[in-house]
Amino acid sequence: MWSLLKIELFKVFKRPRTYIAFIAVWAIVSLIQLAIYVDGPKYMDFVLKDIKDNFDVIGNPLNGYFVCFVILQTLLIHVPLLVALVSADMIAGEANMGTLRLLISKPVSRTKLLVSKFLASAIYAVILLIWIAILGLFLSMIIFGTDGLINAKSYEIIILNGNDIFWRYLCAFGFAALALVTVSSLGFFFSIFAENSLGPIVATMSVIIVFTILTTLDIPLFQSVKDYFFTSHMIGWKGFFEMKVDADGMAIPGTIRNLPAVLRSAGILLLHVFIFTGSAIFIFNRKDVLS
Amino acid sequence: MKNKFYFALLFSKIILTSYLLLLSLAGKAQTADELIRKVKAKMDKVNDYVATGKMKTDVVFIKAPIANIKSYFKKPNRFAIKRDGGVSLLPKGGVSVNVSSLLLTEDYTAIDAGKTTLGATPVRIVKLLPTSDNSDVVLTTMYIDEANLLIRKASTTTRENGTYDMEMQFGKYAAWGLPDKVVFSFNTKDYKLPKGITLEYDDGSKKAELPKNKKGRVEISYSSYIINKGITEAMLK
Amino acid sequence: MESVIKVSRLTKTFRELTAVNDLSFSVQKGDVYGFLGQNGAGKSTTIRMLLTLIQPSSGSIEVFGYDLKTHRKEILRNTGAVIERPDLYKYLTAYETLQLFAKMSAVKLNKQQFMDQLELVGLAHRAESKVRTFSQGMKQRLGIAVALVHNPELIILDEPTNGLDPQGIADMRNLILMLREKMKKTVLVSSHLLSEVEQIANRMIIIDKGKKLVEGTVTELFHPDDTVVYIETSDQVLCEQVIRNSSYAAKLMSVDVNGIELKLKKEEVPALTKWLVQQNISILGVHARHSLEDYFLKITTANQHVEPFKN
Repeated sequence: MWSLLKIELFKVFKRPRTYIAFIAVWAIVSLIQLAIYVDGPKYMDFVLKDIKDNFDVIGNPLNGYFVCFVILQTLLIHVPLLVALVSADMIAGEANMGTLRLLISKPVSRTKLLVSKFLASAIYAVILLIWIAILGLFLSMIIFGTDGLINAKSYEIIILNGNDIFWRYLCAFGFAALALVTVSSLGFFFSIFAENSLGPIVATMSVIIVFTILTTLDIPLFQSVKDYFFTSHMIGWKGFFEMKVDADGMAIPGTIRNLPAVLRSAGILLLHVFIFTGSAIFIFNRKDVLS
Repeated sequence: MKNKFYFALLFSKIILTSYLLLLSLAGKAQTADELIRKVKAKMDKVNDYVATGKMKTDVVFIKAPIANIKSYFKKPNRFAIKRDGGVSLLPKGGVSVNVSSLLLTEDYTAIDAGKTTLGATPVRIVKLLPTSDNSDVVLTTMYIDEANLLIRKASTTTRENGTYDMEMQFGKYAAWGLPDKVVFSFNTKDYKLPKGITLEYDDGSKKAELPKNKKGRVEISYSSYIINKGITEAMLK
Repeated sequence: MESVIKVSRLTKTFRELTAVNDLSFSVQKGDVYGFLGQNGAGKSTTIRMLLTLIQPSSGSIEVFGYDLKTHRKEILRNTGAVIERPDLYKYLTAYETLQLFAKMSAVKLNKQQFMDQLELVGLAHRAESKVRTFSQGMKQRLGIAVALVHNPELIILDEPTNGLDPQGIADMRNLILMLREKMKKTVLVSSHLLSEVEQIANRMIIIDKGKKLVEGTVTELFHPDDTVVYIETSDQVLCEQVIRNSSYAAKLMSVDVNGIELKLKKEEVPALTKWLVQQNISILGVHARHSLEDYFLKITTANQHVEPFKN
């Protein structure tokens, strides 16, 4: 199994396509950093537009933590495409190249082959996320310094102490990794049905885009079912940037407002990973390989 | 990291100016003027200070932890609040107002409005009316503890932004006219960010109801002052 | 004789289409077994069933005496295959490709051994070139190297000459002959070209529409007694009459407007032509071919979808 996984990773990291994502992430992150570096205060004004007449900000809100928040917020909508680019290609790409039949005629069970392929695509997603962390968090911390974080939500503003943020990012990146692995498993699932990776990539993105739009639309019908969309849970990383409040309404540093909800979201994502991957393995084991 | 904090605010200006004006209008509101002058004189003993305290922000749409802050003051009207390792939102003018700034105003008429008690403390009420028609401030009411020459409470009504209240409690530093605790209350506007900007995570937490014209409060408790030991420009930046 | 592959009553149905229909055959140790049929005859489906890519609808497959269903891994560990065009990973070098598939079969080779494998298929000098730069023939040969890398007993080649130029075809033929003669492998090779199978195989089967038509040794099936002679003359009627009245009558197979067909031994052909000339028949042409070839041609024409164009 380990050696199969190594083979799959070797293949993933040998192909040029894999690095598109790393370059794309670097480009997007750099652009956001540049934009904030040049035009940060305007962006801050926009975020705080409703209250800037009445409030002054002390401290440096445009610090590395804030930049990373913006980056995560932006990237985690687009990174699924990059993840799907690889995961949806895992089987379909091999079918297209004519190597799938070669792999299956090797003395390796289809289940093991699929598990190692899925793990390889999941590891790829995680490495991509680590790359985002390096550029989006650590590089931003170096460029912009650190301070407290203003997390502006649609109906409230959460202010986190500077020394109460880093651990939240570690948790958030962990959660985001799970979200990307979920996307990965969806792409992987679609991948077994096609002999060309374009179809599964488009299918994966369509699912994510449609679900995300439905979640965003303020229509009661969709709001009531959005809990069933895994995309609603993919942004659970934001849950780490909220705090419990004490009886006086004061936020308590070092706490998470609703950890059970975040864990539940993580559980739902994990369940999706198992369902998508499990179904892929189940179906593929019974499938005639005609490619 | 640090942020200077000038209280551009209305009512901070209001008070001193009206006081200065009052001096020239001697005779009209002699007692009120007299009182304010004494208060001012007491405060003039403080050239500068560095105060250490904790700040609580109680605004319905702001979730912030208690912040450790340091306030810096230098005569006549330089004031800054800083906090380490954090960002805070402060109501404009309000919290930045230290007590002596209350007396830095112009073009007002002071009217003696009788006496009352705040808690157990008897106070004199002095109303300050702006003489200019363009002023956003309609009225500032001060509650002054005559015995100790301390401003216990100041309340400012503006055309645009409702009413600001500032209440002060005094303790160890009462001799310098410096409060142990300042509570600033103010009206908050509605806060709403368009939803599309951020994909919001719904963790099932109840969204706070936002009543119209809900009062916000910022409370600063000072634990210590270092008075007249000199402060540098950098601290005020 | 030891059976390496034993297929019994194998059937595969895809919805309405029966691709393989009650097919039975066996491949003996050391055979180069020709698996002959038209495109769509069911060759690929059968081969894919042998390699567990496709699950049979019914019937059984035994390889090395084990049931393929229950001993898949053991069987595949000892089997190498090239299925249609092996496109391989374009972004890997020949050497990396070989390494990768060796690992998949859990085989450890050193650098020299890998190079020997590449040498065998004439690709040692291109070991470090990316597969994307290879011609179809080179890819095909690399495919063979991949199939051989774990030194399997059984090698299955599905249409290995498809898409190759004449030189590529000749290379492939030599490789297969070497597998049989030098390496003593058992090879199952499918093709839609009889001539190709005739040159390399010792045993063969012809299938059509998923069913077996003939099976046997190549020497048996290509027995020289079974030659079909096709004679074109200027006077069909006279010619037929002459033949019917002679000792050749028993060998007459068919007569049509274009010519007369007889089945006889190959060495009888010169005597026949000579005799016809003596009977004053003006011969326009004599075509002799082996009856198997004739038979295969007939299957081919029976399956034609478009009428031949006649001017």
